[in-house]
Amino acid sequence: MAFLEQSQRILLPVNPAYIALTLVLALLFNLMPWRDVFWLPDMLALVLIFWCVHQPRKIGIGIAWFLGLVMDAGNGAMLGQHALAYAVLAFAAVGLHRRILWFSLWRQAAHILVLLLVGQLLMLGARLIAGAEFPGFAYFGGSLIAAALWPTATFLLLLPQRRPESVDRNRPI
Amino acid sequence: MDYQPPPFFSRGPAPLVRLAFFVSLAVLLMVLDARFRYAESLRQVVALLVYPLQRSALVPVELFGAAAEFFTTQVALKRENEELKAKRLQGANELLTLEALRAENAQLRRLLDARERLGVDSALAEILYQVRDPFSRKVIIDKGSRQGIQAGQAVIDDIGVIGQVTRVHFLLSEVTLITDKDQRTPVQVVRNGLRAVAFGGGDRGTLDLSYMAANADVQADDVLVTSGIDGTYPAGLPVAKVSRIERDPAYAFAKISCIPTAGTEQNRQVLVLSSEAGFPPLPAEAEPRAGSLPKQKRVRKRE
Repeated sequence: MAFLEQSQRILLPVNPAYIALTLVLALLFNLMPWRDVFWLPDMLALVLIFWCVHQPRKIGIGIAWFLGLVMDAGNGAMLGQHALAYAVLAFAAVGLHRRILWFSLWRQAAHILVLLLVGQLLMLGARLIAGAEFPGFAYFGGSLIAAALWPTATFLLLLPQRRPESVDRNRPI
Repeated sequence: MDYQPPPFFSRGPAPLVRLAFFVSLAVLLMVLDARFRYAESLRQVVALLVYPLQRSALVPVELFGAAAEFFTTQVALKRENEELKAKRLQGANELLTLEALRAENAQLRRLLDARERLGVDSALAEILYQVRDPFSRKVIIDKGSRQGIQAGQAVIDDIGVIGQVTRVHFLLSEVTLITDKDQRTPVQVVRNGLRAVAFGGGDRGTLDLSYMAANADVQADDVLVTSGIDGTYPAGLPVAKVSRIERDPAYAFAKISCIPTAGTEQNRQVLVLSSEAGFPPLPAEAEPRAGSLPKQKRVRKRE
């Protein structure tokens, strides 16, 4: 019998509007002008994986595909490139969600790193077939940073679900 | 008799089926976009949807810029003022001679019964951001088809060509820089009028003159300008300066790399030139082409 390495508290049900808000914020981050910094974490992919792992009934392949399309159009990349990567990411995340949540946060991050790298490899392959040049290994740095942000992202994205259901002003804590 | 789960457990098609559907849709889009360029209308629609998001993503950056500008010290402003004054004095002299040259040029052209070069229309645009795509070098500018921008127009800054409009959305357009790997610029060596094609160098931020014979008359520090023979770029805009030449007898072609003249990565304000200054329609192609090159040479000798 494996032991859960973190205490499992019962969370409040998630608010769909909050999921949408976090996805839009991540998209905004990705659309910000970052000039030549290619090793930036792909925040949208990270948040997408998070919701696929924690709320697989609400966020799935279709939404991921559409967000990928938006990324492609917003960045002038080849249409369908991010859509393909995000759809595969969402499929893998939904398929693995029961396994991933069993681990501690840093071990979860290792899973996420593999997922993100697979997504990047898919995009790289698509672009290489279409005739682009290999942009250098710094390209994969973004996935490392994004995976390192996983514990922080988990903490922040679960905050609204951790609120006490009823506030008792007389309670000391 | 088959057993199906009751409808309240139904969750639509199996994940693998869904994945196959969306992956094939994505692959189809990629093929349509990269190979046949059929997906432009879909891109236009999605781009229009993303437009408000793109503008709001720029807000924090602009706020930061405004704050930084507010705290510019007086010393910096004063120094900039002095520099500008000195520059204006230097420029005034050249401006006067330019005026005279222009008049003389116009007269000579009329004498030669030459078609007058049309004044090129231009639109001022601002670079919003560099595209976050490590595979290409593109920027987004804040003018689109609504302001009359068309694909194929040349984009310059105050010192030279920076690129070409390659895709036009309703309110934005995408400019491919001359250093992009897939971008070609027709150029001409100012010193001797030799024509060539400059290929973008991709990641290195340089340009290459490919397919030039090993003994081609190109020297280091040669200045390259647009030749204008394609009818897309106006002639005579500075493009690059030759930085390094390798002539290896083992190869038929010399390896020539150049540094772009314009600040392809620095400036924010750019000018989009309309391409209508071009040439008469194709049937008359042979005659004006033969005539236009010597004329340009003559102009250049006088400078």
